Amino acid sequence: MSNLQVRVWRGKDQGRFATYEVPRAASQTVLDVVTYIQRQLDPTLSYRFACRVGMCGSCAMTVNGVARWTCRTHVAKVAKNGELEIAPLSNLKVIKDLVTDMSEFFDKWARALGRFKGSRTRHDDFALVKPDSAQRAAADAAIECIGCGVCYASCDVVAWRKEFLGPAALNRAWSLANDVRDAQQGERLRAVAGDAGCHSCHTQGSCSERCPKKIEPTAGIAGLKRLAAAAAMRGEL
Amino acid sequence: MKAATEAKLWYWQRVSAMLLAVCVAIHLGGIIYAVHGGLSAAQILGRTHGNVLFGVFYGVFVLACAVHVPIGIANVADEMLGWRREYSVLTALLFSALIAVMGLRAVYGVVIA
Repeated sequence: MSNLQVRVWRGKDQGRFATYEVPRAASQTVLDVVTYIQRQLDPTLSYRFACRVGMCGSCAMTVNGVARWTCRTHVAKVAKNGELEIAPLSNLKVIKDLVTDMSEFFDKWARALGRFKGSRTRHDDFALVKPDSAQRAAADAAIECIGCGVCYASCDVVAWRKEFLGPAALNRAWSLANDVRDAQQGERLRAVAGDAGCHSCHTQGSCSERCPKKIEPTAGIAGLKRLAAAAAMRGEL
Repeated sequence: MKAATEAKLWYWQRVSAMLLAVCVAIHLGGIIYAVHGGLSAAQILGRTHGNVLFGVFYGVFVLACAVHVPIGIANVADEMLGWRREYSVLTALLFSALIAVMGLRAVYGVVIA
């Protein structure tokens, strides 16, 4: 197999692409390529990964202009004429090389009240949630998010409106909005409605298109808009 | 801007969009019918004058536009021009009044005057 020509971002927000030659291998992933460069060619290259099997959400990068989870992206699928360009995720500050600062991304989850808060104690009985109920199905559709940031990096609204909570935080809010056990529904709707929240979404669908877990944040955000509108018209928002 | 206000604006834009979808279809159908029939302006005015149904339909059409369009314009001004939300909403309200006055004046002219 021939070699790959790989252009990799080096630096912070200011920097340049460095070119490396990496041997092609069968079933090679983009993360394999980055790992080869760091271990065989340039140990100063910084990047982030953990599980290597698409569970942890650590290794997302921009590959040939598109945000992807690199551990589950085969080179054969994305290389063009034997060339790869690997850059850090967009819409996030770069710490070094391919490592972005995810703190703003996760701070926005907190701002969207993306944590469960129940009202029962250990002395109460279990809550009964029917698996085939509409709300359970809606929560299921949103719940497998691994927090990789691919949707956030792909969102144009995040790019031009810095305070926008983004698809991942709103998707998390939608999964909790459908959790009948959660005790802070009104508070959460107030947190995710408005011009920094779901109402800024243009329904372009880049997040749904690129989510590696095939979640549809666009649909969840539309659901939040409906819930918020209904609450506002009842005077409860 | 308050979350409740944003949610209500979204609601009214969505409801007005539903109305507009029906209104635009009927409006286009009416135009095609009139053109195919070869009606002159005088003949068209002869049919619209005193027509209550026509007046009510276009009155609703104008009001739906006066609700729908300014909300979108406020969002565009907000995002593309970087206006403060309060200013873009105020400008949108003025634009809404302009659409309503001009549109209803046109309906008055075609149906009543």
